[in-house]
Amino acid sequence: MSLNIIVLAKQVPDTRNVGKDAMKEDGTINRAVLPAIFNPEDLNALEQALKLKEMYPGTKVTLLTMGPARAAEVIREGLYRGADNGIVLSDRAFAGADTLATSYALNAAVRKIGDYDLIIGGRQAIDGDTAQVGPQIAEKLGLPQVTYAEEIVCVENGKATVKRRLEGGVETVKAPLPLVITVNGSADECRPRNARNVQKYKYAAVPSEVANDEAKKAFVEARPYLQIGEWTAASVDADLQQCGLAGSPTKVKGIENVVFTAKDARRVENNEEELEGLIKELIANHTIG
Amino acid sequence: MATDKNNLIVYCEYEDGKVADVSLELLTKGRALADKLGIKLEAVVAGDNLKDIENQIFPYGVDKVYKFEDKHLYPYTSLPHSSILINLFKEIQPQIAFMGATSIGRDLGPRVSSALHSGLTADCTSLEIGDHKDPKTGKEYKNLLYQIRPAFGGNIVATIVNPDNRPQMATVREGVMKKEIKNPDYKGEVVNLDVNKYTCPEDYVVEVIDRHIEKSKVNLKGSPVIVAGGYGVGSKENFDLLTKFADVLGGEVGASRAAVDAGWVDHDRQIGQTGVTVRPKLYIACGISGQIQHIAGMQDSSIIISINSDPDAPINAIADYVITGKMEDVLPKLIKYYKKNSK
Repeated sequence: MSLNIIVLAKQVPDTRNVGKDAMKEDGTINRAVLPAIFNPEDLNALEQALKLKEMYPGTKVTLLTMGPARAAEVIREGLYRGADNGIVLSDRAFAGADTLATSYALNAAVRKIGDYDLIIGGRQAIDGDTAQVGPQIAEKLGLPQVTYAEEIVCVENGKATVKRRLEGGVETVKAPLPLVITVNGSADECRPRNARNVQKYKYAAVPSEVANDEAKKAFVEARPYLQIGEWTAASVDADLQQCGLAGSPTKVKGIENVVFTAKDARRVENNEEELEGLIKELIANHTIG
Repeated sequence: MATDKNNLIVYCEYEDGKVADVSLELLTKGRALADKLGIKLEAVVAGDNLKDIENQIFPYGVDKVYKFEDKHLYPYTSLPHSSILINLFKEIQPQIAFMGATSIGRDLGPRVSSALHSGLTADCTSLEIGDHKDPKTGKEYKNLLYQIRPAFGGNIVATIVNPDNRPQMATVREGVMKKEIKNPDYKGEVVNLDVNKYTCPEDYVVEVIDRHIEKSKVNLKGSPVIVAGGYGVGSKENFDLLTKFADVLGGEVGASRAAVDAGWVDHDRQIGQTGVTVRPKLYIACGISGQIQHIAGMQDSSIIISINSDPDAPINAIADYVITGKMEDVLPKLIKYYKKNSK
């Protein structure tokens, strides 16, 4: 038995270690200084797909991402690690999408791919932390969902057995295919790049990346395995009213670079006398006992 | 079923005969917002063995409880609970709906919002009522729900509104809102509904074959003293020093997201918007720079001490005491002086 798996991946700014230069004077984000990375939990999702590919030979893993042409970087990264092919869904019409409009666009691309048993993505992306897109895609496709997955144990008789990580516990569920699964960060880390795959796929590209370079374009066109799909709203028959800002029920009313009301902090020198004084004070006012 | 419309509703979670704290916190907030809007507060609960669960809910000022009782509704699975909310919301058209930002609420909320094409904001840290003017069309909206949350990894705070779609939905983590009984004798109406009219057989295709839920051993919320570490702690070994200090003080160890992401501490110790919100008597922040998403989860601590080698760490702005120095140098001294002066 072989499976067709779609892995949802997002290229995100690395918000985890934001330096002081990440915010501009006007309080907006200076995206230029933040490196773009493969969303961490989407890597956990990819690993689950690659494990299934090992368990069930003939399984095909297709990566799907939405973003600018530059997002082809995450597709290449996925190919280096063992995915079979990828698609970048890219259109100005998708700009400004909230989670609902994002899930609409991705659902249209999944429908276009057509043949799938499992759709696996990370639980959430680090630039939004909403965990909404996975379940919303499942709803739009009319499929069941399993969120917070830690391990896809097996797929047998048309059903996937999945271990979930919840608050203070674990749960194992059995759910019929086709199915949407979102994977938790506590799942196994993704395997590293495979050197042979890096050699094979380093020139893989979406058409717009090579459009201005005749030699590269000819090279990619002669090799189907290097061709990363580049789909627009029109190629997935998306209703523009449901895409981007127009299709987003939530609107950002305002964004603030919060300034906390500064307290009158007391500086305590890092010397014996002052540190002991602080401890004595905290004991005296019963803060510590 | 006759019903009045456009109220505020809270989806209540229920385990071991008890309504979850996060649901009661949302009812408390919901009551305050419903009063501001002059509408009713309602609750919906779906599960097995619901008995007189309404008695736990009414004291928070709930005017009506919708009950769905069936043995197949426990343990929670996505599809039947989603169908119940989707069909109930179509019928009673709430203007606002809340659920806990738990593994249940964050599974259920997006599915319901997708089916109803309504806006949902995850992990809100504040909820208010206010007006809105669309900057493009100039159209004015009265009394919208402001859904306020840190965004972009916690580096900014965004206010989100859903001008045209209902219900306006939000999830909130446990501990963010305060739980407060309005009146122990408050009585509302109980509406028992037929589960089969709201779900279909295909909703029961996902089977829970094994389940182990334990109460977390980490009690950050109830601890009077928290010693928390951030990326500046530098290593797992240095975290042992925090554990030692917390043990001496009778407190718990907490962490910022960066320290959890680095793999030095378990996720259940994460403090902040995407972790736990705490209000201890004493919060000692070691090597924590102070991103908004972290500060959102600890700013109400009574006393905050910041130990950081960077004298300009943002967290110092909200600290009561600032010690500039390396934590691996400062903590052993504090442990020593505490042992010397206590008792």
